[in-house]
This record gives sequence, structure tokens and C-alpha cells, in this order.
Amino acid sequence: MLELKEITKTFHPGTVNARRALDRLSLTLEEGEFVTVIGGNGAGKSTLLNAVAGAFPIDGGQILLDGQDVTHMPEHRRAAFLGRVFQDPMMGTAPTMQIDENLALAARRGRRRGLKWGVTRAEREEYRALLAGLGLGLEDRMSAKVGLLSGGQRQALTLLMATVRRPKLLLLDEHTAALDPKTAGKVLELSQQIVRRDGLTTLMITHNMKDAIACGSRLIMMDGGRIVLDLAGEEKRRLTVADLLERFSAASGREEAEDKLLLS
Amino acid sequence: MGFFGSLMGALPGAMAQGMLWGVMAVGVFLTFRILDVADLTVDGSLACGGAVCVMLIRGGADPWPALLCAVGAGVLAGLCTGLLHTRCGIPAILSGILTQLALYSVNLRILGGKANQPVSVDKYPLAVSQRYVRELSVQNPILPAAVLLLLLIGGLYWYFGTERGCAVRAVGANAGMARAQGIDTRRATVAGLMLSNGLVAGAGGLLAQYQGAADVNMGRGAIVIGLAAVIIGEVLFSGVFRNFALKMTAVVIGAVLYYIVLQIVLQLGLNTNDLKLLTAAVVAVFLALPAWKERLRRSKRGGGKTNA
Repeated sequence: MLELKEITKTFHPGTVNARRALDRLSLTLEEGEFVTVIGGNGAGKSTLLNAVAGAFPIDGGQILLDGQDVTHMPEHRRAAFLGRVFQDPMMGTAPTMQIDENLALAARRGRRRGLKWGVTRAEREEYRALLAGLGLGLEDRMSAKVGLLSGGQRQALTLLMATVRRPKLLLLDEHTAALDPKTAGKVLELSQQIVRRDGLTTLMITHNMKDAIACGSRLIMMDGGRIVLDLAGEEKRRLTVADLLERFSAASGREEAEDKLLLS
Repeated sequence: MGFFGSLMGALPGAMAQGMLWGVMAVGVFLTFRILDVADLTVDGSLACGGAVCVMLIRGGADPWPALLCAVGAGVLAGLCTGLLHTRCGIPAILSGILTQLALYSVNLRILGGKANQPVSVDKYPLAVSQRYVRELSVQNPILPAAVLLLLLIGGLYWYFGTERGCAVRAVGANAGMARAQGIDTRRATVAGLMLSNGLVAGAGGLLAQYQGAADVNMGRGAIVIGLAAVIIGEVLFSGVFRNFALKMTAVVIGAVLYYIVLQIVLQLGLNTNDLKLLTAAVVAVFLALPAWKERLRRSKRGGGKTNA
């Protein structure tokens, strides 16, 4: 479904601040795979997701989505294939627009926008059912401005928006990191439900190693813009946090693994 | 009695002028509030609309098609600013200033090298004219102005409810989110600037007819008057008018009130030369209010903590 071939990205090239965020990274995701991504700060996790989403051009390599080369496709065209949820709950929604309008914007992702109504009555009914599924009472507040919602409600809504039209690939960028533990747990559970229900191919960054182990079918660990560990199947199922720390030290050849992973 | 008498006499004029400026203010509202861009092109596109309209009427064109051409000229000005901003990476404010400056020369050319061109209501069948503003007849400019405003607000209300209009709103509300939902933010920004400047130039065409002349300087400070109308409308009606069409109506009422207050302070003896200073000061204060409120709220909250 997703194929990354030796992609490279350096920020601020040619300056003293030059930083290689992605270093000839290659990765292939099969249809329906749910991959969790862990790594310390500056390992290149978010850069990886943003490169796939097209937030900036990459310096080298190739990105294939469902066999199609999207390396040079602008972000808004690539969006047709992607569902995205960001770390900051403010980033995924339009605060001055209504809940139903936000969903309607997402439902038209990748389609031509014409002079038909931005939200139809039939759609509203569909959204009401979707929102009711969240169990947050949002189905009764569909004409409320999204800016009035809490961080957790906004993240749940963003998740609905990302999946209201089945994306070829779902990108979750530490989407629970800014929420309180209880809300984070709910949003994560919801994410897993939706991914399972629709069989979505998913790439999820997390800082929480337990979540990384508990979720998904495959786990990759990044360091210095490369993938240093890639586990799936039985190997991933038997994984513990202690294993993970040990393997990170071995893979990165560094001792400070524990601090770097746990404190970040 | 003399004061009130002359004020009542000036009211219809203030009303008509305010309504025509209201068209312009709705254009400013679109960029400033919907698109979240401060577009300074408008000073130039207002004069451009006036120039195009007056020269066409002088050349024998009917006033309404001439007005349509004025709108077209404004759309082109907006396109120019939009392309400078989105394709050349120039900040929006600077793009607007560049187009505005360029338009000064363009407008002089349109006006045949003169700074001012009259269009007399005696010679031409104008759509709106100051001459009839106190008459109870179909020629009273308040009538066509009201009809135009109704059509305009209705049309914009419809447009911003469509898929395309929603996309433009999303770009102004959160550009990153808009891109993630597949919206071409650059195209939407250009579209918004074109629409806004088209309206402003249309207002310029109407104002030039109303006052019986197009002047190359008629747009000077237009952005500030537009902002004043937007802010007056918001301060007075933000609590009551939540609906989008009503918000635009509030902007128009803001423009009318601006001209009525203007008449009052002029009657009270304010020097006309000090007018722009006063307008700028009032707009600055109202633009600063949200920031001041926020600071006050914070310092209060901080005080509460030390007490606890």
C-alpha cells in the first residue's frame, strides 16, 4: 500500500543548523497493516509522516502510494488518499466552522468541490449516526462551532473526519499525546475500533511504549532518521517494554536508550 | 434646532453613502474575517472601479454594464494580489501594497491622464446620484443601493454555503487542516481576493456615480473605513447576529452608522482635515480591544491565584 524508497530529508541544509531528519529510509506497508512508530525526540518520526503527507518536498528517494508515485504530488492532492490526525487537537479542525461543516469538508476530500450545498440534509443524518457512535453527545450539537469543543472531543472529531471517507492510509501523529490519560485512552480505543472495522492501513506514532506494543500488527523504532528495529507477528506479540529498551540500546549502539525513550 | 435641523437634512446623504460604502465593507469583511488576510489592494481597486465606471459611462455605456466592468477590473486587481502572494511568496500585506501602488498609475491611465473626471447626472443616466438623495422617488439612490445590498448579501450567503464557499472558509479558519482535507489553499485564497476586490471596485463605481466624479485619490484610506464598518458592526451586533447573512448585514449597518457619526462630529465642528486621524484612532482602539481584554482576564486570573 505504501512504499518508501530511500527517502532523505535534511532541514536547513548548508547551515550550521543542518539536520538530517530522514536518512535513506525505506519502508513498505502491506494493505491492512497497522504499524506503530516509536523513537526519541528528533528521531524523525513526525518528519516521516509529514513526508508521506507531502507537507514538504523530500530531498531524495521515492514515495509510492498504492503503486502510484506521489513523490512530487502537492499536499492537497495527496490528501485524497490520506486520513490524518495531528498531535495538536487545534490542528485538525476548523474552529470557526460547525461540527457538521467540518465533517462535510472531510467527506469531500479528493472530490471536486462545486456549487452544490456544502452540507446536505442527508449527510447530516449520516453524521448524526457517526457522531452518536463516539458516545460524546456531539450528535446533538452538530451546529456548534468546533472551537467550543474540548481537546479530546476535537481529536475524536478529527479521527472521524480522517476516516469518514475510507483513506488508503491513516496517519496518526501522536494524536493522544496532548490529552489527559483518561481521554487519551478513549481516543486510542476509538482509533483501534475504526481501524479494525474498516481494515485501514495505518501508521501511528506514539511516545507510549505500552501503546506501541499493545496496538497494531507491527512495530518500528526510529533513531537518527533511520528504522533501527522492525518487529511483526509473534515477535511483536511477545514484546515487553524491557525488551524494547534493551533492543533499542543494541540497535542504536547507545547506552542512554532508556532516558531517551522514557523521558521523551 | 439649527444643529438638529441640519443634521436631519444630512441624514439621507449619510445613509446613502453608508450603504454604498457598505458594499465595500462587505468586501473587506470577506478578506479580513473569512480569509484572515488584511488586503490593502482595496484602496487601489476602489478608485479603479470608479475610474472604469465613469470613463465607460462618459464613453456612452449604460451605467449598469459599466458597473459590471468595474467589478471585473477589481477582480483582476484581486487576481494580481493573489498571484503575488501565493505564487511569488510575497507576504499578503506587501502584495496588496504593491498592487495598490501599481493601480495608482493604472487608474491615472484609465482616467485619461487626469486626476479627476466628472460624470454629470444631467448628461448621463446614472444608476445612483447624490442629486436625488432627499427626494421621495424611484431615483433616490437609497432604493437601488438597498436592492443591491439585498442581492449581494443573499448571493454571498448562498456562495459561502456551497462546497466551494465552505472550502474558502476552511482556508481562512485553518489552512493546514484545509490542505489535509484536499483543499488547494492557494487557489482558494486567490478566489477570495478576487471576489473581495470585485465588490470593492463595484462600490467604487457606485460611489463615483453617486458623487458625480471619479478621482484617482478616492480610495485613499478606504481599507480603514471598511475595517471601521466591520468593527462597528461586530461590536454592536456580535451578541445578537450569529447567522452569516446577519453578520454581513451588521457590517453594512456599521458603514451607515460610521457615516451618520461622521455627520454628527462634522456638525459639532470637527475640522474635515482631522477626519482620517480620528477614523484611524477609533479603528486602532477597537482592533486593540480583544488583546486588552485578554490581558485583563489573565492578570485577574493571576491575582486570584495569589489570593488562594
